[in-house]
Amino acid sequence: MSLFPRAAAMLGLTLAATLPAAAQPAWKPTRPVEFIVTSGAGGGTDLFARTVQATITKHELVPTSIVVTNKGAGSGAEGFVYGRGAQGDAHKVIFGTNNAWLLPLVAKVAWKPLDLTPVTAMAFDEFLLWAKQDAPYQSAADLIAAAREEPGRLRMGGSQTRDTDQTLTLLVQKATGARFTYIPYRGGGEVGVQLAGGHIDSNTNNPSESVGGWRGGQVRPLCVFRREPLPPGPRVTETQSWSDIPTCASQGIPVEEFRMPRTVFLPPGVPAAAQAFWADVLRRVSETPEWQDYIQRTSQSAALLTPGQMRALMQTEEAAARELYGAEGWLVN
Amino acid sequence: MLSNLDALLHGFSVALTMHHILLMMAGVLLGILVGVLPGLGAPNGVTLLLPLTFSMDPVSAIILLTSLYWGALFGGSTTSILFNIPGEPSSVATTFDGYPMARQGRATEALTYAFLSAGFGALVGIIVITLLSSSVASFALRFGPPEYFAVYLLAFASFIAFGGGAPLKTIISMGLGFGFGMMGMDTVSGAMRLTFDLPELIRGISFLVVVIGLFGLGELLLTIEEGPEFKGASGRLSPAAMLRAAAGMPRYWLAMLRGSAVGVWMGVTPGGPTAASFMSYGIARRASRRRAQFGKGEPEGVIAPETADHAAGTSAMLPMLALGIPGSATSAVMLGGLMIWGLNPGPMLFVEQKDFVWGMIASMYLGNLVGVVLALATVPLFAAMLSVSFSIIGPVIVTICIVGAYTVAGAPFDLWLAAAFGAAGYMMKKLDYPIAPLVLAMVIGDKAEDAFRQSMLISNGSVGVLWSNWLVGSLTTLAIVFLLWPLAAALLGRRRAPRAAMAANAEGGA
Repeated sequence: MSLFPRAAAMLGLTLAATLPAAAQPAWKPTRPVEFIVTSGAGGGTDLFARTVQATITKHELVPTSIVVTNKGAGSGAEGFVYGRGAQGDAHKVIFGTNNAWLLPLVAKVAWKPLDLTPVTAMAFDEFLLWAKQDAPYQSAADLIAAAREEPGRLRMGGSQTRDTDQTLTLLVQKATGARFTYIPYRGGGEVGVQLAGGHIDSNTNNPSESVGGWRGGQVRPLCVFRREPLPPGPRVTETQSWSDIPTCASQGIPVEEFRMPRTVFLPPGVPAAAQAFWADVLRRVSETPEWQDYIQRTSQSAALLTPGQMRALMQTEEAAARELYGAEGWLVN
Repeated sequence: MLSNLDALLHGFSVALTMHHILLMMAGVLLGILVGVLPGLGAPNGVTLLLPLTFSMDPVSAIILLTSLYWGALFGGSTTSILFNIPGEPSSVATTFDGYPMARQGRATEALTYAFLSAGFGALVGIIVITLLSSSVASFALRFGPPEYFAVYLLAFASFIAFGGGAPLKTIISMGLGFGFGMMGMDTVSGAMRLTFDLPELIRGISFLVVVIGLFGLGELLLTIEEGPEFKGASGRLSPAAMLRAAAGMPRYWLAMLRGSAVGVWMGVTPGGPTAASFMSYGIARRASRRRAQFGKGEPEGVIAPETADHAAGTSAMLPMLALGIPGSATSAVMLGGLMIWGLNPGPMLFVEQKDFVWGMIASMYLGNLVGVVLALATVPLFAAMLSVSFSIIGPVIVTICIVGAYTVAGAPFDLWLAAAFGAAGYMMKKLDYPIAPLVLAMVIGDKAEDAFRQSMLISNGSVGVLWSNWLVGSLTTLAIVFLLWPLAAALLGRRRAPRAAMAANAEGGA
C-alpha cells in the first residue's frame, strides 16, 4: 500500500529532475563568465548585478565562476559598446536598464537600440514625485499648479540629461501644461540631497534613492507614477508606508505609468540555447529568498519577462521614445 | 556634544573586539600595499574587497573597508616621496617637496613627516566628525551648484595663484588638463565630447593613467637620461633620522593646523582629498616664511598636503553617512556597500544605526593609529629600496606602472595612453612646463564645469548667482582675490624684484 505511492513519488521526482534537464538546452558556460555592469560601482545597476551574482554563487546555479566588471562611463555606453563588440560570446552577460535602447536615440554611440540579445527584465524600479519636507506644496496638484502659474520658475532635478528623469519630466510637462527648468546632476543620490537643501523644487527619484531623506524628514513623496499605489509593506516613517502615496494620475497628472526595467542582455549573435540557459538561470534567481529580499529592500516591483516579452517591450518603448524625443529635437540617430 | 561623546564611548565598545582589531590591521596592511602600487588605488581596493563583505555584519564590513582606505592614503605617499610616482591621486602634491627631500638623502625624514602629519590630519578630521556631526551635515546641505563651483574655484585659485613659474606655460598646461578632463560624455548636455568616435574614449581619459604616465614613466625616462641611479638618495636606515623628524614635528604646528582646516573644509563641502592637498600646498607656499625653499625639499611642503589629504579623507565620511554624498571615488564605492548591507545613508542612520555609525567612527581613531604605526614600521623597508641598484628597481617600477595603468579599467588602450603621457611628461619636464596645473585642472575642471553650467541653468544665465547669498558670495570673492594676487604681486614686484625671482624659482620643482 505504501510502496506504490512512494514509487510514484520517486518517479515523479526523477521526472521532475530529468524533464527540465531534457527541455534545457545543451549550452552551458565552459569558462568564467563576465557580468558587465553598465553603471559605476555602487550604482543601482551595480547593486542589481551583484545581487544576482551573489545569489547564483550561493545556490550554485552556474558551473563556472563569475566576474563582475563595472563599465559605467557615459551613462553606461561604455558597457553596452563593450557588450555589442563581444559578438556571439554568451559568456558575457550585460546588466542595464532601458538605457540599452533609449541611449542610442539621444547620444552618438556605437550600437543600435535593438542590437543586443534580450534575456529578461527582473524588476521595475518605480518613480515618485518628491518635494522638500517644508515646501508649500501639500500635494502633487499644488506643485503642478505652481509650475503652471510661473512657467520655468520651479526647478526639477534629475540624473543625467535626456535620461529617464528628464523623459519623465517631459511627459509630466506635456500632460499638464506645466513647465519646469530641468537641472541635470550626476546621480539620484546627489539629486536627493539637492532637494533636501532646497536648491531644486522637485525631483523624480526612485524609492531607494530618497528613502533616507524621507525617513530623516528632509523630503516627502507627493505621488507615484504607477497605475496602482505601491503594495502594502512596513512603515517607512513614523506614520506612513510606501502604499500611502497616491498615484500621480489620481493627483491630476495623467501619466499613468512610468517605470524603469532592470534588464539583462547577451551580446548579439549568441546561440538561442545560450539565451534560454541564462533566462532559466535568472528565473531561478528570481525565486530565491535573496532576490525577494533585494526587491523589498530597494522597494522595486518584481517581474520576470521572457526574451519575447522583452523584445516587445523594447520595440514599443523605442517607438514611443522616438516620437517623444523627435518632437523635442533630442534624436541624434 | 556630550551625547556625541557618550555615543563615541559606545562606539569604542563595539569596535574594540579582537575580531575588529584584526580586521583593522588586515585592512590597513592591504591598504598600504594597494596605496603603494600606482593605479591600484583605494577605489579599486575597496571594489575588490566589497564582495567579501556581503556575508559580514555591516560594522565589521565598514571597519575593513575604511581601514583599507586609511592604509591606502598612507601608502600613497610612500612612492610619491621615494620615486616621484604618486600611488594615489591625492598624493600628487606630496611629490613636490617629498621627492626633492629623498634626492637629498632625506627620504626617511620625509616619510616620517608625511606619515605623522597624515595621522595628525586624520585625527583632526575625526574629532570634527565626532563633535560636530549634526551641524556639519546641515552645513553641507547648503551647497548647491553655485556653492560647489565657488569651492572648486577657490581650490584652483589658491593653488595656481600662489605659484610662480612662467605664466604662459602654466596656462598651457592648465588648458591641456581641462581638455583631457572634458573627454567622454558630458553630464549637462549628454553629448560625447572629444571622443573622435573611438569607443575607448567614451570613458574619457582616466586621471590615474595620466598620473602614471606623466609622473611614473616620465620620471623614469628622465632618470635614465641623467645617469641610471637615484642621485643622492641614500638607502641608509637611520632610526635617528626618524626620531629627529618626529621631534621636529611640533615646529610645524601652524602648517599642520592650517592643512587640517583646509582638509576638513574640503572633505565636508566636499571638494575631495586631491583638491584639498593641492589647495593646502598652495596656501602653505604663500603663507610660509620659507616659501623660497618650496619645491626644493621643504618639510612644510610635505606636511601641508599630507595633513589636508587625510583630514579630507576622514571628514568626507560624514557627508557620506549623513547625506549620501560621496566625497571621493572611494566613498562612492562604500555607499554602494551600504545599500548592499541594507543600510540607507541619511540623517536617520545616526539615530537608528548607532552601533554602525559610532562603531565606524571609533574604528577611525584606532584605524588611523594603526595606520601611522604600520606605515612608520615600513619606512626602513621602503627606504632600503633606494639602495637597490637602478638596473633592478627601474624595470620593477616600469612593470608596476604598466600593471597599474591596466588595472584602472582593464583596458589595453590605457597602456598606450600611459606610454604617450610618459613621453609627454618627459618633454614637459625637459621644457620646464609645470605638470601640477594640468593634474589639478583634470581633477576639478570637469566637476567645476558641471557646477558652473548647472548654476547658469538655475539663474537663467546670470553670473550674479555666484553672489546670491553670503556663503557663495564670500567664497567667490575670496577666490577672485586669490586669482588677482599674482597681478598685485607683479605690480609690487617691480619695486621688489629679487623676491619675485625667488618665487619663480620655487615653482621649478613642481
